[in-house]
Parts: sequence; C-alpha cells; structure tokens
Amino acid sequence: MSSSSGILASFDYLDDTVEAIEELRSSGFRSDMRAYAPFPEHHIEHAMGYDQSPVRVWTLVGGLTGTATGFAFTSWTSMDWPLVTGGKPILSIPAYVVIAFELTVLFGALSTVLGLFIMSRLPGFKPSVVYDPEFSSGRFGVFVGADGKRLDEARSILQKYQPVELREGAHV
Amino acid sequence: MATTEALTESQRRGALTHPDVEEYSDVNRDVLAMLSAPGRGWWVLFGLATLGVVLFFGSWFWQIYRGIGVSGLTSPVGWGVYITTFVFWVGIAHSGTLISAILFLFRAPWRQSVYRAAEAMTVFAVMTAGVFPLIHVGRVWHAYWLIPYPNQRFLWPNFRSPLVWDVFAVTTYFTVSAVFFYLGLIPDIAGARDQSTGLRRKLYSFLSMGWQGTDRQWHHFGKAYIFLAALATPLVLSVHSVVSWDFAVSIVPGWHATVFAPYFVAGAIFSGVAMVITLAVPIRKIFKLEAYLTTKHFDALSKLIMLTSLIVFYAYLTEFFMAWYSGEPPEKQMFWNRLFGHYWWATWIMLVCNGFVPMMLWFKRVRHSIPALFAISIFINIGMWFERYVIIVTSLSHEYEPFAWGVYRPSLTEMGIMIGSFGWFSFWFLLFIRLLPPVAIAELKEVVPAPMRRKKSVGAPSGAEA
Repeated sequence: MSSSSGILASFDYLDDTVEAIEELRSSGFRSDMRAYAPFPEHHIEHAMGYDQSPVRVWTLVGGLTGTATGFAFTSWTSMDWPLVTGGKPILSIPAYVVIAFELTVLFGALSTVLGLFIMSRLPGFKPSVVYDPEFSSGRFGVFVGADGKRLDEARSILQKYQPVELREGAHV
Repeated sequence: MATTEALTESQRRGALTHPDVEEYSDVNRDVLAMLSAPGRGWWVLFGLATLGVVLFFGSWFWQIYRGIGVSGLTSPVGWGVYITTFVFWVGIAHSGTLISAILFLFRAPWRQSVYRAAEAMTVFAVMTAGVFPLIHVGRVWHAYWLIPYPNQRFLWPNFRSPLVWDVFAVTTYFTVSAVFFYLGLIPDIAGARDQSTGLRRKLYSFLSMGWQGTDRQWHHFGKAYIFLAALATPLVLSVHSVVSWDFAVSIVPGWHATVFAPYFVAGAIFSGVAMVITLAVPIRKIFKLEAYLTTKHFDALSKLIMLTSLIVFYAYLTEFFMAWYSGEPPEKQMFWNRLFGHYWWATWIMLVCNGFVPMMLWFKRVRHSIPALFAISIFINIGMWFERYVIIVTSLSHEYEPFAWGVYRPSLTEMGIMIGSFGWFSFWFLLFIRLLPPVAIAELKEVVPAPMRRKKSVGAPSGAEA
C-alpha cells in the first residue's frame, strides 16, 4: 500500500468481518485491503484468499544449507589437520551426522524466522497510523486504501456490516 | 455463550472452555493484570532467588579464585555435582519444548494455558545448564576453546567426540528454543504494548517490533510457527540423546548402554513435566489463574508424568537385567554396588522418587489434588537430580580396577553452586512472569467462542478448516 489514505472499519463480530471482506473482494478490492485480528483467525485468512506461505521455502533452503555446512565443515577440519583418534578413520561420517543434524535445525530455524520477518515486513518500528489498540484485544479490523469514488464504494459496503467505528481520511 | 454451532475448531477437538472468560478482551484483561503491581509473594520469592544468584556467583568466583581444587572432584571421580546439575537442567528444559512444540503438532489444545510458562522454563533452564560446563572446566577463561574457530595453532575440535556434539546440541537448543519462545511472544507483547504507558510501553513497542496483527503477518506467522515446532521436535529428542552419549559412548561400566538415549529423553520429559507443575502451582495461586489452569490441565500433566515414569522405571530394570545377563563382572559389580554399595541411599532415593511415588497418580483423587501434585512434583525433582548423580558418581567411583576405586564427596563450593543455580533459574523466571505475558493471549483466544452476530459459524465449511 502506497499511502495510508483510505477507510478503517472496526468490527465486534467475526461473521460481519468475514462477510465484509468477501463482499469487498468481489467488488474488486484486493491488494489495497488489509485485515486485523487479535489472533490467527483462519476464516479471515481464507476470505483474504491466501495460498501457501513462501516461508516454507526458507525453512527448506535453510535446513539443507545447515546439513551441507555440517558435513562440509567437519570433513574439512578433519582433513585440514589429519589426526587419528581412537583408531577411527579421518573422515568419520557417522560421527558427523550429529553435527550435521544440529546445524540443519539451527540454520532451518533461523532462516524460517528471517523468512517470516521479510515476508511479513517485520520489524516495523515506524508507528503505523492505520491501527487501533483494540485490534490486539478483541476487535477485528478492515482497512481499505482508496480515494474518490472507490472510497465511497468501500464505505457503503463496510457500513452494511455495522462496524463499531469507521475512520477515514489521509491519516485515518 | 457457547452454542454448539459457534464451537471453534480446537473446542471440537476437546479444548477446555474457561467459564469466566467470555470475550477476547477478557483474556487480555486477565493475563495483562499479571504484569501490574506484584504482590508480597512475588517479592519474597524474588528476594530468595536473588540470594540464590549471589550464592551461585559467589561460590563460582571462589572456585575461580582458588582453583578447581575447592571442588570435591578428583581421581577417580572427575565428573560430579556440576555435570549432574548440568544434565538435570537440560532435562528440565525438555518438557517445555514437548509442551510447546510436540503437543502443538499433535493439536493437544490443553497446552494453551501452560505452554508459554513451559517454554520460558525451557529457555531459562538451558541458560542455567549452559553455565555448568563452564564451571566444570575450571579455567573458565579457556572455555572458548570449545567453539570451532580458525586459530594460529591450526587446531580444530575433535568432531568424533560426544562432548563436542554436546556443545553443538546445547547451543542449538538454546538458540532455537529462545527464538521459538520470542516469536510466540511477539503478538502478545503487542497486546501488552497497546494497553500500557510510559517506560513499559516503550519496552513493549521495541520488543513487539511493530506487530499489528494484520492478515499478512498472521498468515506467515502461522506457517513459520508450525515449521519451528516441526524443527524443535526432533531437536529436543536429539539434545538429550547427545547428552546421554556423553556417557554411553565411553566404556565406563553402567554408562556403556544402548538404552541410554531413549532412557535419558524419557527421564528429561519426566523431570521437566514435574518442574512445570512445581512452577505452575504457585503461579496459579499468586495470580489467581484458576480459570486458566484448571484441574484438567493438571490431570493431563499427571498422565504425562505417569507415562514417562513407567518408561524411566522400565529403563532402570533393563539396566539391572542387562548387567546380570551380560555376565560381565565389572558390569555386575557396578550395579550391585549401586544398590548396596557406598551410594546405596542415593540409588534408593532415585528408585523411590521416580518409580514408586509417581504411581500414586493412578488415583484420580491424587491427580485432582493440587497440594498432592505439588508434593509429588518435588519428589520427582529430587529423584531426577539423584538419578544423574547415581549414574555419574557410582559408575566413576567403581570402574574396572579395584585399586582405582574411590569415593567422591561434594564440597561446600559445589553444593553452593548447585543450590545457587535454582536461584539463578528462578531469578529469570520471576522476572519473566512480571515483564512478559506469561500466558499465551492470542492462542487462548482460539478457545474462546468467536463473537457472532448471527449465531452461526462463518464462511464455507469446506477448506476453511485447513
């Protein structure tokens, strides 16, 4: 969303929120729309039309990088200064599985979090004006970024679902 | 409130509804109230914990000043109270990950009230455990040698050594559980941010990283959370397996057994669940969380304790059986020595506390009595500390050659550090329950019936559940 100009509606009821989102979407509001919820509400996610999250690719790539690093690092350091301990081969692959496994998990987890942060645009330390503290407590919210005729259209749809509050303008 | 149509997915799967909680904002109200002015009880506990921290570092500084000789560690027992306490705290950590990650994947909805506290317990327990190898190495200023880094001596750690595996396992475990813990906290810190003022608001704004609960954030958050849980699940099993290999990969009688990895993992979860109860009972009392931590939660935790107690006791019996069946004289004398030798009392404490006391939980009346559960959980904590003491000390004191047998007595310094570690752990845990939401706000809302204007479930039933 380029600007914060638009309309923000707060709802008390989940069914109102979901139906408002569905109607807005069928009227052509798509990427200029945002929903707020106090917890991961899958009906809203479904109404917003989400598909698979690309975070899973981050997990996979991170995990595989970890596995490769684990085997490569242990093998390289063993070859770098070949020293026989306990009569075992210089390249003791079974022993390195433990290190490779731990690094798979470590890299996979860190890359998942990195992916999450990039995908959901976190951290965002600049306070956003399009927000209501009630959204983290008990209310649902729908924001539509629009102006002119489209704004009127969005307003009339949102009003149909009896929002608790409607805010609009350049800074909402 | 809850009409059958308005049941949430997790309620249909057996989640507990909380009679006093009817709206989403009630959850915020109740949980965030825990962050306001603390009662006398909290200050008393915090004072005790601070004393423990002083004892912990005081004893450690004494050891650094005088040298490792102030501990009772000497030939033949080179691993004593420090390694015992290390294994104890790593074990405590495990049930936190079990409750937060494994039960999350299994969709056990009763975990919602307890998992945040259990996860915090994990992080702080690993933090406590991680200090012990540093104490144990004696010359702590050389501890960085554990980390593989290019150095002028061209030396790398021996990656065939289980002790090096352990460095990787424990640091990975700490990192991943801390990240998992913090990630789950972000939406709840945002909730705290929106209802606080002043310095706290600044702190929460920073920690919540600008979380707003938008559809995009929740969407990716949900997926990331599942993947982290899926990564943490094998991790938790691997960590205590690796800890057990510190012992099992050596050839010391009483250690060299293939049963060690599953035996240690079950023991870890056993002791950890007991610790969850030990911590949950006072929290519930101090913060009046009876609506969130019901007897059903304690009942579920008790059943976990029973299951893992049976596994642990089975492992004890297996060890004794295998010692006899192997026909190996050192192995046989080791286990005879455990039961009737110099450390017989420690072994019997272990057997009674871990094998017999938890069997009282077969009775529903015991499972539903909070004081009884609290008492049993203390017995298990003691028993599990002694389990590690028995494994480590009895084995090392009676290895192969009778002329090399010896007796180990922990010194006051060691006991000070061991007791102080409980203060160090409690210090962080008490700060946590006062500063960060100790009950998962957002997840509890999944159990509260969704507010509907038309009293029916929304959306298309197909696909929406996925």
